Amino acid sequence: MFQPSPWRADFPAIDALQRQHQTYLDSAATAQKPQALLDALGHYYGSGAANVHRAQHLPGARATQAFEASRDKVARWLNVGQTGQIVFTHGATAALNLLAYGLESRFEAGDEIAISALEHHANLLPWQQLAHRRNLRLVILPVDARGFIDLERALQMIGPRTRVLAVSQLSNVLGTWQPLPALLAHARAQGALTVVDGAQGVVHGRQDLQQLGCDFYVFSSHKLYGPDGVGVLYGRDQALGLLRHWQFGGEMVQLAEYQRASFRPAPLGLEAGTPPIAGVIGLGATLDYLASLDAAAVLAHEAGLHARLIEGLTQREGIRLLGLPQCALASFVVEGVHNADIAHLLTEQGIAVRAGHHCAMPLLQGLGLDGAIRVSLGLYNDQADLQRFFEALDQALELLR
Amino acid sequence: MTLPAQADQALEAFAQSKGWEQRARLLMQWGDRLEPLTEAEKTEANRVHGCESLVWLVADAVDGHWRFKASSDARLLRGLLALLLVRVQGLSGEALLALDVQDWFGQLGLERQLSPSRSNGLHAVVQRMAVLASGR
Repeated sequence: MFQPSPWRADFPAIDALQRQHQTYLDSAATAQKPQALLDALGHYYGSGAANVHRAQHLPGARATQAFEASRDKVARWLNVGQTGQIVFTHGATAALNLLAYGLESRFEAGDEIAISALEHHANLLPWQQLAHRRNLRLVILPVDARGFIDLERALQMIGPRTRVLAVSQLSNVLGTWQPLPALLAHARAQGALTVVDGAQGVVHGRQDLQQLGCDFYVFSSHKLYGPDGVGVLYGRDQALGLLRHWQFGGEMVQLAEYQRASFRPAPLGLEAGTPPIAGVIGLGATLDYLASLDAAAVLAHEAGLHARLIEGLTQREGIRLLGLPQCALASFVVEGVHNADIAHLLTEQGIAVRAGHHCAMPLLQGLGLDGAIRVSLGLYNDQADLQRFFEALDQALELLR
Repeated sequence: MTLPAQADQALEAFAQSKGWEQRARLLMQWGDRLEPLTEAEKTEANRVHGCESLVWLVADAVDGHWRFKASSDARLLRGLLALLLVRVQGLSGEALLALDVQDWFGQLGLERQLSPSRSNGLHAVVQRMAVLASGR
C-alpha cells in the first residue's frame, strides 16, 4: 500500500529537490523547513529587524516580544512548566560546550563524568576536554549489540564520584531510544547532574521534561525543522544556578566597570552578544506549525515508514543493520562492499543519504567498522522516497558485486 | 600542451561514456589498473586523512619530476585516483602546482567528485600533492 505524507506540501524544498531529482533521506543531519518558517523569516526581515532586550524603539520592542514568545513556545513544547528555563545558544554543540565550561569550576581532580559509548562527538568531546583540563575521569558506559546502553553495567559504573551523567536520548547512528528513566534516577540518587542530548530525540514525538526529570536538556533547532544557528538548552532552575558565566559581552552584563562587572542570571546571563534573533523567531514559527499537526498521525506515519525501511534492508542479502533501530533512521553496511562506494553510487542516482562515521568515530570503531550508510526520515518523506532509495541501492549493489 | 597517452585514453573513454552506470564501470576498470601498493608503502605517513575511506599516496621526486602511487580500499575512489595519476605523473613541481585539476576532472565529466564537500578523499589527495609540490 502506498504511504504518502500529508505534510509533504508544507515543505517547499522537498518539491524543489525532487525537481532536481534528489531524494532527501538525510534529515537526521538537518531537516528541510516548513513554509511557516520561511514566512516568519521573511516577515521579520521584511518588516523591520532590530536588536533584542536593549532598544526602547518600536521595532526593538517587537523583536524582543517575538524573541521572548519563542522562548515560551519552546518551554511549552518541552512541557517545562515551572521547573526551569530555556536558554538560546548557537546550536546543540554550543549548548553542550556551555555546560562543560559552565560547570568546570565544580569539579575536583578524580571526579567522574559518565557518558555512553554511542555519543555524538558533540556530547563526547566537550566532556573529554574538560576531563583533560581538570584531571577528571571520563567513564564510558558500554552499549550492547542491540544499540542500548547496557543498563546493568552502567548502573554499577555510575557511583558517588560521578558528578555528571551526559547521555543521548535517541542515537544518531543506531536509532535506539536509550533507557533514560533508570539511568537518570540512578545518577540523581548518586548526586550527579544529568544532561540529556535530545538532538535526535526531540524530533520524534513530544518530549515531556517534567516527566523525564533531567537537569539539562539540549537540542538544535535545525534538526527539528527549524532554522540553523539556534540551539536550545533547558536547565532546571537549581541546575542553571550552578553554571558559571562562560562567554562575556553585551546583553549578559548587569553593571560593567573597567575593572569589574556583574552579570545577569540565566537565561540572559548565558546569552552573551546578539543572539540569533531571526532564527529564534523562526523556531517559534516552526513549533507553531508542528503544534498544529496531528501528533499521533505524525508518529504513526514515521513508524510506518521506518518499518518499511527496516523491512527493505533486512530483506536484502548481505546487509548488516547497526543495532536494532527503533525510530527515525537506520545505519547499515553491506558485506564485501565499501560504504564509500555505495555512497558514491547512491549520490550518482540522486539519493541523499549520509555515509561515514556520523560524528561518532569511537562507536563505529567499537563496532569494528570505519563507516556505514545512514538513511534518515523526516515527516515529509513518503514511501516513494524509500522505493527510489531501494531501487538505487539495488542498482549500486549490482554494479559493485 | 600534449597530454600523456594514458590521459588521452581516459578522456576518450569517459567522453563517450553515457550515464552514471557506464561511468561507474569505467571507474572500476581504471581503478583495477592502479599499480598496487606494497604493505610497506601503506604507512601512516603515506595515509591521506580527511577521507571516509583509507587512502594512501606515495610520492617520489626523481630529478625534479614527481612519481606517484596511490590506492584506497574503496573501488570507485581507486578509479578516481588512477585518473588523477595519469594526468600528474612525471610533472615537475611547478607544472603540478600550475595544473588545473578541477578542469581535468571537468573534461572527464567527473567535476563533482572533486568538490571539497565530498568526503571521498580525492580533494584531500590533490591538496597533499600541492603541499608536496610546493615543498612546504
